Amino acid sequence: MPSTPAIVVTDLVVDRGKKPVLRSVSTEISAGTVTGLLGPSGSGKTTFIRSIVGTQKVKSGTVQVLGHPAGTKPLRRRVAYVTQDASIYRDLSVKANVAYFAALYGRSRHEAMQAIEGVGMGDHADKLAGNLSGGQKTRTSLACALVIEPEVLVLDEPTVGLDPVIREELWDRFRALAAGGATLLVSSHVMDEADRCDRLLLLRDGVFIADDTPADLRAATGTANLEAAFLHLIRALEGVN
Amino acid sequence: MSPRITFITAGRILRQLLNDHRTVGLILAVPALIIALISAIMDEAPRVFDQTGLILLAAFPFMLMFMITSITLLRERTGGTLERLMTTPTGKLDLVVGYAIAFGTAAAAQTAVAATVAFWFLGLDTAGPTWAVFLICIVTALFGMALGLFVSAFATTEFQAIQFMPVFVVPQLFLCGLIWPADQMAGWLQGVSDALPLTYAVKALTEVQLNPDVTGDMWADLAVVLGAVVVATVLGAATLRRRTD
Repeated sequence: MPSTPAIVVTDLVVDRGKKPVLRSVSTEISAGTVTGLLGPSGSGKTTFIRSIVGTQKVKSGTVQVLGHPAGTKPLRRRVAYVTQDASIYRDLSVKANVAYFAALYGRSRHEAMQAIEGVGMGDHADKLAGNLSGGQKTRTSLACALVIEPEVLVLDEPTVGLDPVIREELWDRFRALAAGGATLLVSSHVMDEADRCDRLLLLRDGVFIADDTPADLRAATGTANLEAAFLHLIRALEGVN
Repeated sequence: MSPRITFITAGRILRQLLNDHRTVGLILAVPALIIALISAIMDEAPRVFDQTGLILLAAFPFMLMFMITSITLLRERTGGTLERLMTTPTGKLDLVVGYAIAFGTAAAAQTAVAATVAFWFLGLDTAGPTWAVFLICIVTALFGMALGLFVSAFATTEFQAIQFMPVFVVPQLFLCGLIWPADQMAGWLQGVSDALPLTYAVKALTEVQLNPDVTGDMWADLAVVLGAVVVATVLGAATLRRRTD
């Protein structure tokens, strides 16, 4: 596994309102890997992700992506972000949406169509995004990110509500991107996706309670599956407290 | 700022607008119909219509641009697309100027239809050239756009954005000279009127109405409106944040 860190997070603290959301988290994410960010809703996953793409106000700590501070200008061509709710224009067609984001990066309409085919939306390319189902919107939003072939791809719960076949295809796609050198950070609250990741970050109440490979996590906790491993860790922590 | 990204953005916003056929129809037809209505109301007083109809030509695109900009930008803010754009090479000015180009084009189309109807069919009459009227209308529309851009930052729902109409637009319409000449208002109110940019758009239009040649006063008044466009645009761009809570 390549070991160059693509993302380095150091002592990151984020408050939203008066409530602490991330309480001093640190990690390094290697280039060319798929890292899973797991945790229950409200654990701070989206806040962590927004800190990495540089849209989150942070209280203290640093986030470096590809050697630059998160969200700075050189990164805006190299990092793509897929939000939890599909961030697309409802009054534009699928094709117009993807072509727009493609054009911002100097990519052609042809490349946009390829990205649309790539997420299995070829048959719906001319439909208005507002008339799509939830899963179709998610895939359109994903195509808008994939079309720019980013070096770092950050995805916030990209597979929620998707057909198992399409979910499988997307994970194959994520693996292929990582094999090609891209760095992926994928948040999920579905444990069965965790096994497709090279590494897992388990977030709970704003701290990482685990940062390991799926196999090591199972071995360390002596459990057969990751759901059980996660539970084991939480119980162990609560036992300490 | 990148001209390429600015034009791509303007094209996207225009396409969004064009996909909404009913809105396009309303934008093009409503001002012309209302001006026709006013013309019929003032049937016996063509001189009064010359003033009111002329002011309405600028007032409509002003209102329209305020409304569609504040709603469209609010949608970008609440729909997550603004946050997404802020992670792309799109600069704040690319977005704002993209809006200005797209909605300025819409304002030009609206003004063209309304002005054609007013001048050719309703007998609206000015001493000065029509192009000057057109120019003032476009600049006034851009002011509406810039104001809408700015106030959209203070609305969290479309319902609130609409409520900003009576706060930011209606007082300007009342005080600009549309319903009553500014110099016949209470003294303190004249002061308020003098502070509102729309008043200068009306002054510029009055210059065109009274003088066969384009006057220096008209350019001066238009410059005030243009200054207001720049100020409101800069304030509006400042409300676009890359990082939020």
